[in-house]
Amino acid sequence: MKTTSWRPIVVIVVLLAALVYVLPTLQMVLEKKESPTLWPHNKINLGLDLQGGMHLVLQVDTDKAVENTVDRSFDELRAFMRQNDIRVAALKRTDATTFTVVLDEREDADRSKGLIADEFRDFNLEDRTREGQREIVLQLKSDEIERVKKLSFEKAVLKVRNRVDEYGAREPDIRPQGEDRIIVQLPGVIDADKARKEIGRTGNLEFKLVDESNDVRQALSGSVPPGSEIRYYRKDDPDMAGRPILLKKETLLTGDYLSEARVKFDPANGQPYVAIKFNPKGARIFADITEKHIHERLAIVLDNEVYSAPEIQSKITGEGMITGNFTDDSAKSLALVLREAFPTPVKILYEKSVGPSLGEDSIRKGLLSMLIGGVLVVLFMIVYYKGSGVIADAALVLNIILIAGGLAAFNATLTLPGIAGIILTIGMAVDANVLIFERIREELRLGKTARAAVDAGFERATLTIMDANVTTLIAAVVLFQFGSGPVKGFAVTLSLGVVASLFTALIVSRVIFEFLLTKRSIKTLSI
Amino acid sequence: MQIIKPDVNIDFVGRRVLAYIVSAILILITIVSLIFHGGPKYGIDFAGGAELLIQFDQPLPIEEVKAAMNALQLEAVVQKYGEEAEDFYRVLIPAAVAEQENLAQTLKEGLAAQTQRQVTLESFEMVGPQVGRDLREKALLAMFFALLFIAVYISGRFELKWLLSAAVAGALAFSVYILRLAHLSIPMLMLAAVVVTLVLFYILNLKYAMGAIVALIHDVAITVGFFSIFQKEFTLPIIAALLTIIGYSLNDTIIVFDRIRENLRKYHKLPLAETINRSINETLSRTILTSGTTLIVVLMLFIFGGGIIHDFAFALLVGILVGTYSSIFVASPILLAWQKRK
Repeated sequence: MKTTSWRPIVVIVVLLAALVYVLPTLQMVLEKKESPTLWPHNKINLGLDLQGGMHLVLQVDTDKAVENTVDRSFDELRAFMRQNDIRVAALKRTDATTFTVVLDEREDADRSKGLIADEFRDFNLEDRTREGQREIVLQLKSDEIERVKKLSFEKAVLKVRNRVDEYGAREPDIRPQGEDRIIVQLPGVIDADKARKEIGRTGNLEFKLVDESNDVRQALSGSVPPGSEIRYYRKDDPDMAGRPILLKKETLLTGDYLSEARVKFDPANGQPYVAIKFNPKGARIFADITEKHIHERLAIVLDNEVYSAPEIQSKITGEGMITGNFTDDSAKSLALVLREAFPTPVKILYEKSVGPSLGEDSIRKGLLSMLIGGVLVVLFMIVYYKGSGVIADAALVLNIILIAGGLAAFNATLTLPGIAGIILTIGMAVDANVLIFERIREELRLGKTARAAVDAGFERATLTIMDANVTTLIAAVVLFQFGSGPVKGFAVTLSLGVVASLFTALIVSRVIFEFLLTKRSIKTLSI
Repeated sequence: MQIIKPDVNIDFVGRRVLAYIVSAILILITIVSLIFHGGPKYGIDFAGGAELLIQFDQPLPIEEVKAAMNALQLEAVVQKYGEEAEDFYRVLIPAAVAEQENLAQTLKEGLAAQTQRQVTLESFEMVGPQVGRDLREKALLAMFFALLFIAVYISGRFELKWLLSAAVAGALAFSVYILRLAHLSIPMLMLAAVVVTLVLFYILNLKYAMGAIVALIHDVAITVGFFSIFQKEFTLPIIAALLTIIGYSLNDTIIVFDRIRENLRKYHKLPLAETINRSINETLSRTILTSGTTLIVVLMLFIFGGGIIHDFAFALLVGILVGTYSSIFVASPILLAWQKRK
C-alpha cells in the first residue's frame, strides 16, 4: 500500500473546522457572556436540566371553543325563532355540536327549514318526524368544527406568546405541536410559580367603571381610595400609552358573555369603531349597566391593561360600540383582542422546572466524572500499548474536540444524559483503536515487518469496526427519532461520538502511523 | 503489556451448559421479581404524577418531612436524596393528585409553614396521565424499531440475505400492528414482538441473527431484572440506557461473529465448536479491554455523576457486564446449537 496524501489534509481540515466551531462556546464560557461574538456564532446550548428553567407542554381545550360556538348559535337560534315567528314546541341541545328544534304542529316545516338554512349556514340541517312531531336537527358542519378548533388553537398560541414575553426569560421558545398542544421552554432563572399561573390563565377581559370622583395623581402618590385601583393604558395606544387611570375595583361584566367583536366604520365620520355583541344573558347585564351608569365612563380592561374607556352615551341593548382614538389597525387589533378573550382553557399537561443551582451541580459532577474517567482511560492505554497507546490517546482527545465541534455546529443542546453519552463514548472510542492494535499485534506475531503489520492491521480491522459501530448508530438514531428532551440529547452525543470515533480511529491513527513509518522510518513498533 | 496471552485457549464452548444455567437462573429471578413486584416500577415519566426535589436550609430528619407531608394531606412518598451532607429530599406525588393547580407552590408554602424552615424547590416535574401514555407509547416504539432495524442489519450483513431480512421486518411490523389493534399492554406487546422475531428467525434459518437477538434480549432482560430487584424506577433515560445496552451488546457480539466467519473460511476442516472457541479466544483480549475502558468511565459516572444520573449509570454498568458475558457465553453457542439441530 502506498502512502496516500489525502488523509493528513482531511484530518487537518476537520480538526480546524471543529476548533472554529468550538471557539465561540469557549469564549462564552471564559468571558461569561450571554452569547458569543466570535464567528461563526454557533454555540452549544445547555439543556434546561443543566442551566435551570422551565419546560411546559400545554393543551388547548379546542373542544371547549367548539362548544362555545355552538352555545352562541343556540342563543342566536332562539332569538331568530322569535324574530321570524316560528312556533317552536321545544329547543334541545342534543350533544356538543348538535341541537334539535321540535316544531309546533301548526308550523310549516319546509318554510322554517328554509329560513333556518339561510341564516345558519355553518350547520347541516336534517328534518325528520319523531312521535308525530316534525323536528329539525342542526349539526355544526365538520369543516366549521375544524375551523373553530384551528382558530382557537392559533389564538391560544398567540396568547401564550404574549404572556411569556413578560417573564424576562432569555430565549423563550414557544412551539405549537400537533393540533392542540403548545410546547413552552423558558431557559434560565425564572419565577416558575408566576409563569405557571400566568400561562395557564385564559384571556381576562373585564368591564369596569372609571372612578371619576377621585384624582388619579393623588392615588399615585399613595392614597388609593378604597374600592378603587390604579390601572394603566395599554403600551401600544398612540396617545395614552402607559398612562394611569383610576378604576372601580368591581368587575361589572367579563369577556365570558361576549359573542362577537367586529371592526365597523361610523358612517357619519368614517371613524373605525369596534362593535361588540353579547350572548343573551350578557346583553341583559350590559343593558342594565349602561342604563344605570349613563354618561359615566366604562373601561375595557384586558389582562389588566386598559384598552379604552369610552363614555356611555345611552342604554345599549344588543350591539355595543367601543369608540376611541382608533386607527384601522388599532381597531382591528382591539377586535382581535376581544375575540381572543373568549375563553379557551389551557391545561398544563407536563411541566419540568429546574432551579439553577441544581443545574450547576449537575454540570460540575458530569464534567468531574468525565475528567476522571478520561484520565484513567488515557493512562490505561499508555500502559497497555506504550507508544501506540499515545497515538490512541491523541485520537481520543481529538474525538472529544470533534464531538464538541459537532454539537456547536448543529447548535445542539447539551443535557445531562448528553454528558453521559460523551462519557460513554470516551470508553467506547478506544474500542476501534484496540481492534486495530490487536490486529497489528497478531500480524507482528506472524513475523511481518512493522510496515506490513500496520497496513494489514488497518485493512482487516476496518470492516469489523464498521460493523460493530453501525448497530450503536442504529440505536442512537432510533432514540433521536423517538426521544424527547434529555433522551434526544443523549442520542445526539452518542451518534456524534460513534461517527467521531470511526473517523479518529480509521483516519487519524492511520495518519500518525504513516507519518512515523515513512518520515521517521521507524522499524520497530512500540505496541 | 498483555492481559490475555496470545496463545490462550480457554474452553468457553465446553462450559456453555454452565453458562446457560447461570443465565436461566438470572432470567428466572427477573421474572419472579417482576411478578412479585407486580410488573416494572414505572417512574413518573410513564406512570404520571409529580416529583419534587426540595432542600431545607437546615438539616431535618426525614420523619419530620413525612409528618409535614401528612399534615398537608398529600399521600406522597418522601425519600432522602443525594449525599448525606446535602439536605435534599425527593417527594413523589401520585398521579391522582398531581394535576391540581399550583401544586408546586402549595407544597412549598405548606412545607415551609409545617416545618418552620426555609424551603427551596430545586426541581419540579409534573407528568399528566396523557403525556405519560404518549411517552409509554414512544418508548415502546423506540425499542421496537431498534430491534427491527438491528435484526434486519444483522441478518442482512451476516447471512447476506437482505431481501429475506426485509421480509422479516415487514412481517414483524405487520404482526405487531395487528397485536396493537388488540390493545395489549406495553410489556406484553414487547414480549410478543420478541417472540415473533425469534420464531421468524427460526423458520427462516437465520442463525447469526438468532444468536445476536437472543443475546440482546438476554442482556436487556437481566438489566431489567436488576432494576426490579433493587426497586429502581423506569424512566425515559433508563429506556435510553437500555437501547444503548442493545447497541453495545451487539457491538461485542458482532466482533466475535466476524471472527467466526473469518475462521470458518480459514479452517473449514475444523469442527464448528473448535472454530467458535478459537474465535472467542482470539478476540478475548479486545473484548476485555473495551469492556474494561467502558466500565471504567461508566463506573466513574456512577460514583461521581450525582444523584440524577445515578440510575442511568447503574443500568449501563449492569448492561455492559452482562453484555460482555453474553457475547462470549450466549450468542456464539447458539450457532453451535443450531448446527447440532441439523
